[in-house]
Amino acid sequence: MATVTNSKVPQIGQRNKKGQLIVDPNELFFLSPRTSSFLTGSEVIREAIRRSSVDFSVAYPITPQSEASSLVGELYAEGYVGDYMRGESEFAVMGQCAGAAFGGARVFTTTAGPGTLRAFENFPMWAGSRLPIEVVFTVRGVNSPLSIQPDTLEISFMLETGMLLWHAETAQDLFDFMLKGYYVAEQPEVHLPIGVICDGFFVTHTKDTVMMTPEDLALPHYDPYRSPVVCMDMEVPPVRMMRDPFVMKSNYISYMTHASWQLEIRAAIERSRKHTIPLLDGLIEVENPDAEIMFVASGTAVSQSREAIRLFRDKGVKVGLVKIKTLRPFPTEELRKATEHAKHIFVPEFNVAGWLAREVKSTIDRNSRVIAGPHVAGGMTMPPEIIIEEIEKYLAHSRNKELVHG
Amino acid sequence: MKSRINIRMSGLGGQGVVTSAHLMAMAASHEGKFSISNPFFGAEKRMAPAESYVRIGPEKIYDRGELVFPHVVMVFHPQVITMGKSYTMPFYSGIKSGGLIIINDDIELLTDEEKLDLEKKKITVYYVPATKIALEIAGTELSTNMGMIGALAGLTQVVTMDGLDKALQDRFGKKYVASGGTATLDEAIKKKFAKKEMLLQKNLDTIRRTFDEASAFREKHSALLTSVNM
Repeated sequence: MATVTNSKVPQIGQRNKKGQLIVDPNELFFLSPRTSSFLTGSEVIREAIRRSSVDFSVAYPITPQSEASSLVGELYAEGYVGDYMRGESEFAVMGQCAGAAFGGARVFTTTAGPGTLRAFENFPMWAGSRLPIEVVFTVRGVNSPLSIQPDTLEISFMLETGMLLWHAETAQDLFDFMLKGYYVAEQPEVHLPIGVICDGFFVTHTKDTVMMTPEDLALPHYDPYRSPVVCMDMEVPPVRMMRDPFVMKSNYISYMTHASWQLEIRAAIERSRKHTIPLLDGLIEVENPDAEIMFVASGTAVSQSREAIRLFRDKGVKVGLVKIKTLRPFPTEELRKATEHAKHIFVPEFNVAGWLAREVKSTIDRNSRVIAGPHVAGGMTMPPEIIIEEIEKYLAHSRNKELVHG
Repeated sequence: MKSRINIRMSGLGGQGVVTSAHLMAMAASHEGKFSISNPFFGAEKRMAPAESYVRIGPEKIYDRGELVFPHVVMVFHPQVITMGKSYTMPFYSGIKSGGLIIINDDIELLTDEEKLDLEKKKITVYYVPATKIALEIAGTELSTNMGMIGALAGLTQVVTMDGLDKALQDRFGKKYVASGGTATLDEAIKKKFAKKEMLLQKNLDTIRRTFDEASAFREKHSALLTSVNM
């Protein structure tokens, strides 16, 4: 199919109105020189958006993403973002994002915690409509009484929305995931919304060293003609069909239509693997692969595990780690292989539910090896000293059990 | 070099506790050390408890979030101690043996019981009247945090005056947005000084004063501060 090139849109090798050179994504990710910057996570979000040729962004305040969306507003004022507006609520924001994406724009927004849940209906709608919107979830508590502090419970709600979900460990991950996220999400055979997740405060408000691509290089613009589906407005199939009896009625054809489309969304998530693996250097990262005690973690829990591994190392105990970079697609085979030899698999989490441990347990065999914890929740920190204490307690206990029961 | 120094800064909203942590981390970063800083606070409001944390070391730092086991505890406002405006009780909870406490005041704030407890843990307590010095040198109590980081750097030598100067230039020399509240305070302090250069200079003078005093203390009592040396 021939694609239409809009002469107003700068192509690779041309400069945009801010003077940024549009470059091939792989050149931007891997070949452009990187310089060290010392930034908060919110500033990193601004810098990633500066380089992403974003057409449209909507802001609605909620801690801990308010700074980031305000900084994106400044980018708009500077002319780096095509259009920018404030929403009336998170539900409205996500609806506005859908409208812009239907219209062929590259869209960015951020939200967190209660905002994510308020907007929730939109996320499976985005996925079902194949809208490659990028949203950064700066996750925070969703419980009552109200908490603004970091807690990853909200991620568990997102897992079956049909979105790609990548969980950043650090500000560096956040920067890279945001840029690479657009590239993967917009592939015709993927074409799904992507949630780039970072832990509120632990990443957004933390000043950390980030290796940045040059300010004057930007991603190519989104090409709406690469969408695998036609724009789903009410007059065009398949949404046109929703007005017709065959989809809206209770009959087998209608069930089939929905079921097959849901399967297709999930298949599209799986098809994102081949684009994601070379960009992120795999869906997982493994440290000390031959250790008998392994951590499996995502987000800040990875960082805390790395510190615990150092403390264990000082005690002469070898402990390994599997960092999960993408929650959707879930690195099923990779995880099975990386934990094959492990005797004890600890899943430290910043939430009360232990949703990652559930995912791990349902993925690997001999899952009695999986210990859901240590856990903190409600904004608590997970000091490496406490991780060690909990693990040593558990191991001592399991040894005692072995002694008693033979 | 010691492997890691973990600093917990406790103060009240509006005192620049978060800025202090950022400045220390930026200074350390300028000097080729690894550092990471992050704040913890509830709804942003002045006089409510606010804390921030800095970790500095010779290798990459992953640890983030509230510092439960600090080497150094800084008290930016007497109310942290006297009114319990702290995230932990007592305010020095979790401090490592041989650690350091820096308190912004010139009168004794600790009870006999607390003093005994700290003595057992071999903690050095250092008082610096940072707000008074800020008023005297910079003409505004908003420079209290400068006095506090000067004392911290002088006692621990974790960063140099040069590093702090560069961090100050980075932070106040150009546009910076941390949050709505911070932006308002930034504007307030800029209005206090005729020129940005004057703001930078007065703040640097405040840092220099407490840095020199703390360095002199360190010379005299080097045996006390071994576990917070860098």
